[in-house]
Amino acid sequence: MINFSYTIWIPLLPLLMFLFLGLAGHKYFPKLSGIIGTCGLAIITILSYITAYKYFFTSEKIDGAFQKLTAFNMVWLQFTDKLHIDLGVLLDPISVMMLVVITTVSLMVHIYSLGYMKGEKGFERFFAFLSLFSFSMLGLVLATNIFQMYIFWELVGVSSFLLIGFYYQKPSAVRASKKAFIVTRFADLGFLIGILILSFNTKTFDFITLTNPTGTAITQGGGAAFLGLSIMTWSMIFVFMGGVGKSAMFPFHIWLPDAMEGPTPVSALIHAATMVVAGVYLVARMFPIYSIAAPVALEVVAYVGAFSSLFAAVIACTQTDIKRVLAYSTMSQIGYMMLALGVSGYGGHEGLGYMASMFHLFTHAMFKALLFLGAGAIIHAVHTNHMTEMGGLRKYLPITHMTFLIACLTIAGIPPLSGFFSKDEILAAAFEHNKILFAVEYAVAGLTAFYMFRLYFSIFWGKETHYHHTPHEAPYTMTIPLMILAFGAIVAGFIPFNKLVTSDGKAFESEIELMIAIPSVLIGLLGIGIAYIMYKKESAIPDKLATTFKYSYKWAYNKFYMDEVYLFVTKKIIFRYISDPVAWFDRHVVDATMNGIATVTQTVSFRIRGLQSGQLQKYAFVFVSGAIMLAILFIYLWK
Amino acid sequence: MSSGIPLQYFLILATIMFFAGVYGFLTRRNLITILMSVELILNSVNINFLAFNRYLFPHKLEGMFFSIFVIAVAASEAAVAIAIIINIYRRFTTINVEDVNEMKF
Repeated sequence: MINFSYTIWIPLLPLLMFLFLGLAGHKYFPKLSGIIGTCGLAIITILSYITAYKYFFTSEKIDGAFQKLTAFNMVWLQFTDKLHIDLGVLLDPISVMMLVVITTVSLMVHIYSLGYMKGEKGFERFFAFLSLFSFSMLGLVLATNIFQMYIFWELVGVSSFLLIGFYYQKPSAVRASKKAFIVTRFADLGFLIGILILSFNTKTFDFITLTNPTGTAITQGGGAAFLGLSIMTWSMIFVFMGGVGKSAMFPFHIWLPDAMEGPTPVSALIHAATMVVAGVYLVARMFPIYSIAAPVALEVVAYVGAFSSLFAAVIACTQTDIKRVLAYSTMSQIGYMMLALGVSGYGGHEGLGYMASMFHLFTHAMFKALLFLGAGAIIHAVHTNHMTEMGGLRKYLPITHMTFLIACLTIAGIPPLSGFFSKDEILAAAFEHNKILFAVEYAVAGLTAFYMFRLYFSIFWGKETHYHHTPHEAPYTMTIPLMILAFGAIVAGFIPFNKLVTSDGKAFESEIELMIAIPSVLIGLLGIGIAYIMYKKESAIPDKLATTFKYSYKWAYNKFYMDEVYLFVTKKIIFRYISDPVAWFDRHVVDATMNGIATVTQTVSFRIRGLQSGQLQKYAFVFVSGAIMLAILFIYLWK
Repeated sequence: MSSGIPLQYFLILATIMFFAGVYGFLTRRNLITILMSVELILNSVNINFLAFNRYLFPHKLEGMFFSIFVIAVAASEAAVAIAIIINIYRRFTTINVEDVNEMKF
């Protein structure tokens, strides 16, 4: 056995960083806190790489399968002998893979932020929050039990809230942070209900016990039925609801585009690469239960993922704010991952979708972080988010241009970049399982290529725009992370995920199926081609198309009016018919009772306070009269 | 010697003194006079103690001791009260009890 107990420091170090920077940073070293935070993160990045190497290449396998190791465990809350909540570190292929993803992207974002956030008010606060986020996210992926995961799940939500609202003097940022927090919190209610049902039925929180495919939790968990579905299925659907909220799947996706109000590095770290894939990670973590005990819930996962990916891809084609395009693109890609999990089976080649999902999660983290950081560099240079105000930037921002192009080609699935491999696996898994879902994803692949290159051409080619001052390339602290991530986006596809991260821990054979790969590359190229015609040079085609399909364009441009639907449901229905009557009752019945008691007391006391005159002899008179009256009472009436 | 004056006489005298004291306490405005009224009340009680002791339990001395005790307490009480009155005079330049009415609502 290899000793992994040092892994406890991987989440603990960012926590210490957070406390250190948060408490002392502002006062003693506001300028240095960025460097300190980055160094701390560099240490845990190295630790994570060592862990990954040791886990994947030197740890013992049993039956050719990677084992789930509990590297550290402590009882945190002991209620009774059987009911206790633990905190610990669980190492298995997906958690180790997530360690690498999180620390890599987080380190890149830290370095990038040194340049991007330079001179901002609250520089040290920003790095403290980034450390808090890293701590929460690492704690989430390393959780040994579902309750620990829930705790860190909420912590991640809080740090996301803090970072979206980083510019707390900007009303739109404050609104966005509140929206993100409330929407995800609402979804987490489902997660909590799911946890309670699940652990009530299986009598355990522990992941190793829960997800053992031959254990009692899976084989005997789903006894009773409710509305035609087993209790296990219901609990897994509720757990998935939490994942839907955190991963911005339809219908809880409305917070993600607004979350782009946060600083761009935050969008890259939290709202593209790490936190929003927590939902995918959650499903992957519970995957044996979904796959064996709750296949209906897994179908739900697949359809929600497929619908979200299509829905978001359509919206992304019409948006003009570059960060929002990327946000919808993220939603669409996470939909891909969800779908891949949903169409997967358990074990061996059946688990292709699972492997593909994790693979795509990994590659997506690289190229989406790269896209966001690139967008940040562009915004940094031209001080606007709208691509209508950009054009011809390739001359001014050569490094950003190259890395952005690589990222766009990657997401469009052009070989030999990493996106091609992972997307191909997903499409293959979908094809084997369900032809309709495959068709949807196939269309989305084309749309993805189209909107990414629409973005690319509008920013870097298109019409020449006159800028107030000549845009200049970002400093090295910003371009170096771009180049590292671009390198990652290129080579990540060659990592043999089918040997490392699989549903049952065993390696299986998978190869590129030309029957899937060739059409998917073709539709990617088609999307790029259309975007090339429409946006390479200034052309009238997009406007004409928008006029021809006026209504559908308007619907997509306004995000299918989802925000309005939410507003209608909350304001017109929930507020008017539930909250208002309850508020009325509170004000006019509960408060009125209390106020009435207070008023009566006050009135009476005003009346009788004259007795307290300060005249000593009046008191004495009352006292003597009372004494005499008592005397009379005792002498004459008490017989 | 005790046969000369009946017990009732003592009691009537004590009652008259007591109510004279109460009346004075309630009606006089001068703090010194109020203090004197209090002394009257205390002394009426002393008379009662002595009379009852003498007439009902002639072989015991508790009544005597009690009245001596009351006299001692009354003396110290008078000292304290006069000290308070002097302070009130310094503060308000009056010892009229109606003017000393700070302690009210």
